[in-house]
Amino acid sequence: MKPEKIKIISFGYFEKKYLGEILHEIEHVFSIPVVIREGHLDLSEFFDPARKQYDANKLLKEIETNYAPARKKTIGIFNVDLFIPILTFIYGQAFLNGTCGIASAYRLTNERYGLKPDVKVFVDRLRKEVIHELGHTFGLYHCTNPVCVMRSSTYVEDIDQKSWAFCGKCREELKRSLS
Amino acid sequence: MPKKISILIVDDESSVRDSLYNWFIEDGFHVAVAEDAKIALTILESESFDIVLSDIKMPGMDGLQMLSRIKAIKKDAIVIMMTAFATVETAVQALKDGAFDYVTKPFDPDDLSHLIRNATKQISLMEENEILKDKVVSLENVEDLIGESAAIQNVLREIESVAQSNASVIITGESGTGKELVARAIHANSPRKFFPLVSVHCGALSESLLESELFGHEKGAFTGAIYNRKGRFEMADNGTIFLDEIATISSKMQIELLRVLESKSFVRVGGNKEIKSDFRVICATNRDLKTMVENGAFREDLYYRLNVVNINVPPLRERIDDIPLLAEYFIKKYCTTMNRHLMTIEPAALKRLEQFPFPGNIRELENMIERAIVVGNGKKITLKDLPIGKTDSSPAFESLGDIEKNHVLQILNKYEWNISATAKALQVDRVTLYNKIKKYNLKHTN
Repeated sequence: MKPEKIKIISFGYFEKKYLGEILHEIEHVFSIPVVIREGHLDLSEFFDPARKQYDANKLLKEIETNYAPARKKTIGIFNVDLFIPILTFIYGQAFLNGTCGIASAYRLTNERYGLKPDVKVFVDRLRKEVIHELGHTFGLYHCTNPVCVMRSSTYVEDIDQKSWAFCGKCREELKRSLS
Repeated sequence: MPKKISILIVDDESSVRDSLYNWFIEDGFHVAVAEDAKIALTILESESFDIVLSDIKMPGMDGLQMLSRIKAIKKDAIVIMMTAFATVETAVQALKDGAFDYVTKPFDPDDLSHLIRNATKQISLMEENEILKDKVVSLENVEDLIGESAAIQNVLREIESVAQSNASVIITGESGTGKELVARAIHANSPRKFFPLVSVHCGALSESLLESELFGHEKGAFTGAIYNRKGRFEMADNGTIFLDEIATISSKMQIELLRVLESKSFVRVGGNKEIKSDFRVICATNRDLKTMVENGAFREDLYYRLNVVNINVPPLRERIDDIPLLAEYFIKKYCTTMNRHLMTIEPAALKRLEQFPFPGNIRELENMIERAIVVGNGKKITLKDLPIGKTDSSPAFESLGDIEKNHVLQILNKYEWNISATAKALQVDRVTLYNKIKKYNLKHTN
C-alpha cells in the first residue's frame, strides 16, 4: 500500500541545504511527498566503547519504536559511524518491507579518505544511500544491475558507481509494492 | 530464473543472528537461523541449505563438532566457520574438517560479500558439474549406436532402463548388428563406468585357453606359464565383463562359469588361493540359446542366471530407415581415417543400399562403404563403387519365398506397418497381405 509520506529525520548537525537538495529526487523516484524533520536523541546510549562506533541495530529499533508511524516510511540520518555486530561498519540498514531505515553520512565525505572535500559528491552519495534504504522498506532486495540504486555497496566507490535511479526491474517491483 | 540460494546462520548471539539475517535477506537469499548446533542439525534434517554459516564457540556442541556431523551427512555441504577469537589451530582444524572458509568477526562488508559470492560460485560449479555429467552420459548413449528408427530407439530405451542396475544381460541378434556396441553403451551408462569393461570373445578361444583367460593362471600352471597372470574376471573387478559368443563355450566351462557367477569368486589355474571379484556380466550371442537349452546344448541353470534381461538387436533389414544415417556415419569415419575429403553418396547408390537385405548387417554395410571409398573417385560414392551395384553380383536370397518375405517386411517397415498403405504399395489386397504376414510369421519390432 502506498504510504502517505516519506519522513526524513536528521539526528545531529546537518546543513539543511543538503537535505533540501536530496528531497526532490526522492519525491521523484517514489512519487510520494517527502518531509524533512529534525530529531534529538542522546546518542551516547547507542555508543559501543569497545568498537568506538554506534550500534545500528539499536538505533534502527529506536527509530521504529519512537519515530516511525505505520502509514509513513521513515529514514533516520546520522552523522556517526554505524556498525552491526558482525560487520566492521555499515552505511545504513532498513527493515525489509518495514516502516523505517537508517543511513549514516559519516563515511560519505571525501575527507574520510584523505581527498579534497567535495560537497556535490557527498550530497550525491547521501541521496543514493537514502533512496537505497527506502527501497528496502518497500520490499526491494539488492540488485545485480551495476547502475541501479539498489546495488549493494560495500565501499564508497561502489556508491559512486551506481546512479540514484532504479533499474527497470526494481522500478517494476516498486510499482507493485506501491499499488 | 536462477535458484534462490539458502543460508542457515548458526550463532548463539541473537544480535549476530539478526544482523546476518537482515544482511542476507536484503541480498535476496532464503535465510534461516539457529541459536545452537543441536537446533541447526534438527533444521538440516528436514530442510537442505546451500550454505551454513556457523560460529565456532557455542554452548553445548561447538561449531567444529557440528561441522563434522554435517559433513558426515552431506559431504559437499558448504560450511563457513566464524569466530571472534581467531587462532591458527582452530582455523587449520576447521579447514581440515572440510570447512569452505573461515572468517574472523567482525568482518568487512566487502569480505562478507566476497565470501558469499565464492560460495555461490562453488554451488553453481557443483550444479554445472552434475548437469555436464548427465550430458556426458547421454552422449555416451548414442555415440556409436547410430539410428533414428523405432527399432534402434527401442534398444536405446532398454539400455537406459537396464544400465543403472546390476542385472546380467544377454544381448541377442544376428552377426554384425552391433551387440558389442550395446554392451559398451550399457557399461558406459552404468555406475561401473569408471572401472573396466573387459571383453572376452569366447568363440575364438579353445577350452583350456578360455579357462586361463577368464580365471588367470599361476606361474608354472602349464608349459609356457612363466609368470602369474590375472584373469579377465579379476581384471573386471568393480566393472563389467562382456562374454561374446557365449553359446560356443563347452559344457565344462558352462559349469565353471555358473559357479563363478554364483560365488563371485574363483581360483586361478594352477593356484589354490580364492580370489573375489565384483563384476557385472553381459553376454552376447547370435544363436537361439532357448532352443539350445531345450536341446541340452546349453545348461538351463546358466541360461536363467545370465538371462535376467534380454536385449534383442534388430537386423539391418528391419531398420532400413537408418541406412542413410549409417552410410553417412561410415563415410565420415573412413574419409577421416583415410585422410580424404568428405565424400557424398549419390541417391541411386543410397537407394540400392536401402534395397539390399544385408545378411551381414551393419558390419557388411561398413565394409561396403569402406571399399567404395577406396575404389571410388574421391568425391562421390556411385552405384558402380558398390559391389551390389553390379548386375552379376550373387543374389542375397536364393529362394523366391525368402525374397518375398524380405520384400514384404521391407515395405511394411517403410509404411510403419500401415496395412492399407503397404497393401497398396505391393499392389495386393489387405487379406493377401495379412496372409503373407501370417505365412512368414512377420512381426512388428516396435
